[in-house]
Amino acid sequence: MTHTTKVEGRSRWQRLLLAGLVAMGLLTAAACTQQPTVTVKKFVIGASAEPASMDVTTSPSAAGPQVMLYNVYETLVRIDGDGKMRPMLAQSWDISADGRVYTFHINPAATFASGTKVTGSAVVKSQDKLRSDAATTTVLRTQLADVATVTAPDDATVVFTLKNPSQNWLYYMTSTAGIVFDPTLIGEAATKSAGSGPYAWTAWNKGSSVVLTKNAKYWGTAPRFDEVTFRYFTDANALNAAMLAGDLDVISNVQAPEALSQFSDTSKYTVLDGATNGEVTMGFNHQSPALQNQNVRKAITMAIDRAALIKTVWAGKGQLIGSMAVPTDPYYVDLANAVPFNVAEAKALLASSGVAMPTLRIRVPALAYATKSAQFVASALNEIGIKTTVDELPFPATWLDQVYKNGDYDITIVAHVEPRDINKFADPTYYWHYNNPAFQALIAKADTEPTEAAWLADMADAQKVLTDDAAAVWLFMLPNLVVTKNTVTGLSPNAVTLSFDLTGVARR
Amino acid sequence: MIRRVGARLGILAASLLAASVLIFVVCSALPGDVASVILGEGATPDQLATLRHQLGTDRPLPVQYLSWASGMLQGDFGRSYLSGDSVASLLGPRLAVTFWLVTFSLILALLVALPTGMYAALRRRHWDGFIATALAQIGMAIPAFWAGLLLVAVFAVGLHWLPANGYVPFAEDPGSWAAHLVLPVLALGLIQGAMLTRYVRSAFIDVLNEDYFRTARAVGWTQGRAMVRHGLRNASLSLVTVLGLQLSSVLVGAIVIESVFALPGLGTMLLQVVTQHDLQVVQGTVMFLVAVVLVVNALVDVSYLIIDPRLRGERE
Repeated sequence: MTHTTKVEGRSRWQRLLLAGLVAMGLLTAAACTQQPTVTVKKFVIGASAEPASMDVTTSPSAAGPQVMLYNVYETLVRIDGDGKMRPMLAQSWDISADGRVYTFHINPAATFASGTKVTGSAVVKSQDKLRSDAATTTVLRTQLADVATVTAPDDATVVFTLKNPSQNWLYYMTSTAGIVFDPTLIGEAATKSAGSGPYAWTAWNKGSSVVLTKNAKYWGTAPRFDEVTFRYFTDANALNAAMLAGDLDVISNVQAPEALSQFSDTSKYTVLDGATNGEVTMGFNHQSPALQNQNVRKAITMAIDRAALIKTVWAGKGQLIGSMAVPTDPYYVDLANAVPFNVAEAKALLASSGVAMPTLRIRVPALAYATKSAQFVASALNEIGIKTTVDELPFPATWLDQVYKNGDYDITIVAHVEPRDINKFADPTYYWHYNNPAFQALIAKADTEPTEAAWLADMADAQKVLTDDAAAVWLFMLPNLVVTKNTVTGLSPNAVTLSFDLTGVARR
Repeated sequence: MIRRVGARLGILAASLLAASVLIFVVCSALPGDVASVILGEGATPDQLATLRHQLGTDRPLPVQYLSWASGMLQGDFGRSYLSGDSVASLLGPRLAVTFWLVTFSLILALLVALPTGMYAALRRRHWDGFIATALAQIGMAIPAFWAGLLLVAVFAVGLHWLPANGYVPFAEDPGSWAAHLVLPVLALGLIQGAMLTRYVRSAFIDVLNEDYFRTARAVGWTQGRAMVRHGLRNASLSLVTVLGLQLSSVLVGAIVIESVFALPGLGTMLLQVVTQHDLQVVQGTVMFLVAVVLVVNALVDVSYLIIDPRLRGERE
């Protein structure tokens, strides 16, 4: 009896063990057979911020346009990697002598992914959507405020009439504001791909990825990949690990430059170091009494060794700038050394200002570039006798609430990544509360200049006004650090548009 | 017995109520305003006020609490402020990821802990038993995220055997699904297993000193056999308790592991919505997790009554 039980007992364990082994074997076999029989050319991009909506005109986040612009959705005109204006859906365009009427001639070959032709009336319907949809972002509404009428005299032509000449408007049309939606799908843009680009989006796995599939009927140069996946990582280590493991083809933007040393093997990786539109801006609260004094602001600017700051904070990557503009802006003036680092002069200037300096509250978003810069600035200000406290606020919610909305700070540090955002200094209600009527007049005049040359001259002056007035301290231009497998070619080192432009990208 | 179960359910209801109040109060005290996150730059005070009114965040806190709590009683966990999706529909796909991670990790933890713990108990006065205990101690001292990073460095970056991170749904590609889960489950399961090993060891050391165990040995049963046939059943009472308690530590561990392995589960969603200040989703998710832990622990308590006849009460 005992003997039989013993045998049964043992065999039960053996059976369990066997079942376990079989299950493991099946899993391993399944894992090994995942190679598809037909070769699908896949391209995988690692990114850090996920879109909030698939209809990029309804969310202010830059993560949507990163995927969609120029890849899924096309515009009449586009900006290339060097910041130059180029044709896209429009093969050419004319501007009236008074700068108010823009006539675009649509490329007759252009079609949407559905096969429908891109026509003037599709452009009119897209503009109508932006203006009538309650969900359209405030930024886009402001950008389109100058448009009086949009008409389509025939299929190949669309005419925009502006209320007044605007040098910025055509530039806005190269981005989200100029997207042309497929009129048959325009109401469903949040759930369906409705573009004319080389790819169509086919899946959004929330929290993980967006998948683009080749538009087989693309009217331009055929896309080089069958499937492109944007994978999203909240953790920078996980992003780097995925690249090191060979799971990714590209890291779209390295968040921590010290991580670049992991990719120093040039037989495997290429590191691109280009320009962005991001000015890391140390903003003053111009409502703080001590900071209303121009000499105090100048003294603070001189006290900070920005070249050393870039080395300490951003591993020496990034470029010195001296005003609210980056080198790829058409109106850029090099003011990087207009107010050089000089501790002695800073001290003298501070003393001559006669202002009794209170303890300044540096309140920054808890983002790597900001918190590291804040520590550097705090010790630099200590050198010239200004006491500071540093607060790190969760971003975006807490920083937006306390600094941006309530103005509860003296100094803050934020990378302003929107393109051509110098006009932010012309808005006295913006969180810096910078109120300089001369600057405001200059910016308003610039936009309505009839010629590009006059506009460029005004914009150059505007940058100088900000620097002379020490309206803020521009710590550095955020570099665009991209890591690719060294087999990847055709990627622009500069990120001057919101798009992660796939059109020229290939893999050997 | 029924009265005892009833009393336990009463305690469960009271704990759920207390937890919901606590979660609501803490979430309301977080600084930040979801309206300014939604509208982004350039929003006017008027637009902000209108949006706050639409979202209902301008109502008094007790009113907000009551509408949230009464909604949950009807199975409505609220809606995301940002996307307008219902919290339940956001939780659904995320839940599957966390469920597989937690379930496989607990199973792995048990597979590691039961044999190791039993062995360590039997051989507690020998060098090999000591080594088993020491290994468990070391395992406990390793943070799960570090174990995760180490596994990624070896098996993904070094050997290229497995993907470093990410997730593929089972329905899309079962093989790839399994491959993506191996490392996170190992990281979470081994560390939890190490913790559990210590409990198993002490539970079995208690059993070894019992009279029935000595009797079993005296009639000629081998030590291992006596252990499995008598020990396991008797030690299970304290093990079930520990397992119930460990569920909460596995869930916390899962949040960290999900972020290390970029898994789109409840943990990564929670981190994301906290920074976006989408409080309805934060509240709903935390409440859901707390409810799972409380319900499981209540079930554990009820299961004692089934496992151990002595607890069923003198009166019945």
